[in-house]
Amino acid sequence: MVIAEELAKKQKAISIAEFFEKNRQILGFDSSPRCLLTSVKEAVDNSLDACEESDILPDIFIKIENKTKNSVTLIVEDNGPGIVKDQIPKVFAKLLYGSRFHSMKQSRGQQGIGISAAVLYSQLTSGRPAKIVSKIDRDAPAHYFELLINTQTNEPEILTDRVIEWDRVRGTRIELEMEAAYIRGKKSVHEYLKDTAIVNPHARITLIEPDNNRVVFERATDKMPVQPEEILPHPAGIELGTLMKMLRYSEREKLAPFLRYSFSRIGLHTAEEISKKAGIDPEKSPQEVTLDEAKRLHEAFTKVKISAPPTDCLSPITDELIRKGLEKEHTIDFIETITRPPSVHSGHPFQIEAGIAYGGNLPKEEKVEILRFANRVPLLYQQGACAITHAVENIKWKNYSLNQPGETLPTGPAIVLVHVASTHIPFTSESKEAIADIPEMVEEIELALKDLGRRLKLYLSRQDSLARRREKEEIIQKILPRIAKKVGEILDRPAPDIAPVVAKIMGNVLISRSVQPDGRGCDVEIKLRNHGDSVHHFSLHETLLHEIISPSPEPKKIQLGKQNDYVWKISLKPGEQKAVVYKLDIKSDEASKLPQPIVEGIKEELITGAKVVNV
Amino acid sequence: MTDRSNKELRDSLSKTTLKKLIQDFYEQFESETIPHIVLPSRTKKNIELKEDSDVWVYGDSESMRSAKTVKGATQLLKTSYVAELLIKGHLDQNKSSTLRELYYISENWDIAKFHEQAESDRLIEDLEIITGLQREDFHVRPEENGATLYGPIKIKEITKRGERTIHCQDDVGEAGYQIPYNVETIKFIEHDAKFIIAIETGGMQDRLIENGFDEKFGSILVHLKGQPARSTRRIIKRMNEELKLPVVVFTDGDPWSFRIFASVAYGAIKSAHLSEFMATPASKFIGVQSTDIVEYELSTDKLNDQDIKALESELTDPRFNTPYWKDQINLMLKIGKKAEQQAFAGKGLDYVTDTYLPERLTEMGVV
Repeated sequence: MVIAEELAKKQKAISIAEFFEKNRQILGFDSSPRCLLTSVKEAVDNSLDACEESDILPDIFIKIENKTKNSVTLIVEDNGPGIVKDQIPKVFAKLLYGSRFHSMKQSRGQQGIGISAAVLYSQLTSGRPAKIVSKIDRDAPAHYFELLINTQTNEPEILTDRVIEWDRVRGTRIELEMEAAYIRGKKSVHEYLKDTAIVNPHARITLIEPDNNRVVFERATDKMPVQPEEILPHPAGIELGTLMKMLRYSEREKLAPFLRYSFSRIGLHTAEEISKKAGIDPEKSPQEVTLDEAKRLHEAFTKVKISAPPTDCLSPITDELIRKGLEKEHTIDFIETITRPPSVHSGHPFQIEAGIAYGGNLPKEEKVEILRFANRVPLLYQQGACAITHAVENIKWKNYSLNQPGETLPTGPAIVLVHVASTHIPFTSESKEAIADIPEMVEEIELALKDLGRRLKLYLSRQDSLARRREKEEIIQKILPRIAKKVGEILDRPAPDIAPVVAKIMGNVLISRSVQPDGRGCDVEIKLRNHGDSVHHFSLHETLLHEIISPSPEPKKIQLGKQNDYVWKISLKPGEQKAVVYKLDIKSDEASKLPQPIVEGIKEELITGAKVVNV
Repeated sequence: MTDRSNKELRDSLSKTTLKKLIQDFYEQFESETIPHIVLPSRTKKNIELKEDSDVWVYGDSESMRSAKTVKGATQLLKTSYVAELLIKGHLDQNKSSTLRELYYISENWDIAKFHEQAESDRLIEDLEIITGLQREDFHVRPEENGATLYGPIKIKEITKRGERTIHCQDDVGEAGYQIPYNVETIKFIEHDAKFIIAIETGGMQDRLIENGFDEKFGSILVHLKGQPARSTRRIIKRMNEELKLPVVVFTDGDPWSFRIFASVAYGAIKSAHLSEFMATPASKFIGVQSTDIVEYELSTDKLNDQDIKALESELTDPRFNTPYWKDQINLMLKIGKKAEQQAFAGKGLDYVTDTYLPERLTEMGVV
């Protein structure tokens, strides 16, 4: 026998069970905590997608029971649209069966390998079938299936198929027994669901832990996310192989209409231009296009100007809902979010959303927490390999008031959240845990984070000056008066005047008037001193019943009924001191009855020792 | 001058000094200066050897406490409250409080209240540094009395019930003479001692008394009771200076005991302002030395992580910056072991008094 034929025989014999065993890791089934997490993830993703497509506010229930020391039973139940009876076995017990494989649309699952991989893993480790219940309408029957995957043929094997009583309006329930471990803390089911709740604020998620502890992630909004539109592929992102497949199976008879109706952003004119550039007759049947011609066509896509793909196929969470989501799961002092305008990477539209939360009970000394999401799915593994992490590390956070030892993650009481929405998320591997470093994406993430960083910095510097102001006020209002009172008491003297010290601490302009008896009348001196660090201009008023005598400098005099208003224009540089002097024909005991000096044209908090009037 | 009028004079001096401090605050307000006080920094980095008295005191590095910050302003407020208590509550009325009582008295001081006793203890130390006085001058007592003393010395102590003359072997029980918190009023009448031996643990002091070491060698045994109280250090210093008695220090052989010796001989970092008053630079370390652990083959314990850290920190402590101490510390780090004073019991109960101590004392030239 020819070697190739022998090999072919062996190739046939490779069952999907073997395929699974060999690829467990890349499918997300390696350690026993992760096997559970991946299974939960696949089931929850399906439930959320199904609910959104049917415009149902998701209500998802997850229960995990410890079966033996290293095996658990996982139950996931949703209130989604249910699955029609004939589809149930294929959806759960046939690998790579799904509706989304060729779709150009933002969705959580992309390959349709998901839930059936969990079923296969369960079957391989427990030997037991998956138990499925699904109901599509209040009046429809609930179907109960026990399913296995035939590992030779990749076809469902139905062990049980019957109608049961189920007190739900509609929905789907799956029960799997598997070798797995329930853990707490980082990379746990709990953390995954918490993060999921943040970016799916329209969902209510209930988790029953093995010790019967019940955790409810309540929904923060009743608004459903905008449904993503399905679009045709954009020529810029298409691979040659895919293009050839599309040509061969096209139902169009001529190349130009094929181009026009198989791709987005190609009109009549562009289709002809592409054909011309590729040197192919636009009338040629797509099925007859040769490999060489297909190559030229593929090349022509890059030479002809084609507008960017439409972006209404994306469904951002919106900054308002990210804010609600973060606030719901954390106690924080500051939060800012941003949704960037959509952008394009190799023909695939994408959009970046980000949020920064700060303060509250977040740990102060640790590295900031990075929450990574791709199409509303939390990414828990491979943080170091992800474009989101790289973008965070690229930013000089010291410019935004966060500590950052070297080019690593910054430290401080903060959470950085980044959501990447796209019709095609460029993951680094099949387990979909890290986003590849696509330059356009990294740049967009950095722009979003820098914008948030600027807002954080502004907030922190305001907090800082507020704190300083508050500190000063505490000193001058609470502590200094008490010190003055106490030292006066100890020395049996009146408490000293604290005004000059207050002016100094606050950096204010101090105005102090002293009146000394001199012969028949009194000498008056008003000292003005600027303790601040900027120049101040204002006017000083003395509003008196008396005439003042030989003033220096000369004031402007305004008659106000019986009273005289004397006005001096004052300008004081930082640290400068000036004095106004005059004589008054009053007895010394009348001095205490003089009204307080008045200043005008300056903020009240900048003056100590005078009344401030501003009209 | 009578003892009574001497006391009145001291009290009046204390009052004036404390009032001067408050006066400073008052004048700072009047001269438009933000109230503040300046203190030497109380850290290991800021202690230096004073040439003439050979003890370690605070250096020139200073820290300022100013009403510019809430913390500084609150400190000044607390200082004012404490000064008032000391002037009007203590000195004017001839009353005293313990450090702990003082902490509790502050309960009624609203925002000037202390949050823990360490804070009020520290403020009293600050006041000592600022005024150059000692807490006894403010009528502030420690909670515990000093430790005990046993040996051929006759002293006179002024008590609330009059003067008492006590011979510290004949007139005391087996527990010895209790050192009062203020030893300034003690007078040394006569003695028949050749040297003073300061001992870390009570058990070892008892061993020496039981074996008649004090009689045999003419020594005054002073119990240090761990880190020695001020009164213990002060009475050692006074006996050393006034009676010209040499002082040797006998502790466990571990890093913490080295520090006990250092505070007897050179002064403590926390109270370096009192070093000249309390440290006895002429005192010598008998042991247990690291070399003794090796030579006498004592039973040992392994050094733990804290021990090692303490030894390493001592290598940068200016008080231990001598060839002798560098050798002792490095050797202990090298062998990785420490030993208690009691370890000599492994060689018989008399070994320490009949062999070890006489050998060491001869080596050191004390006997």
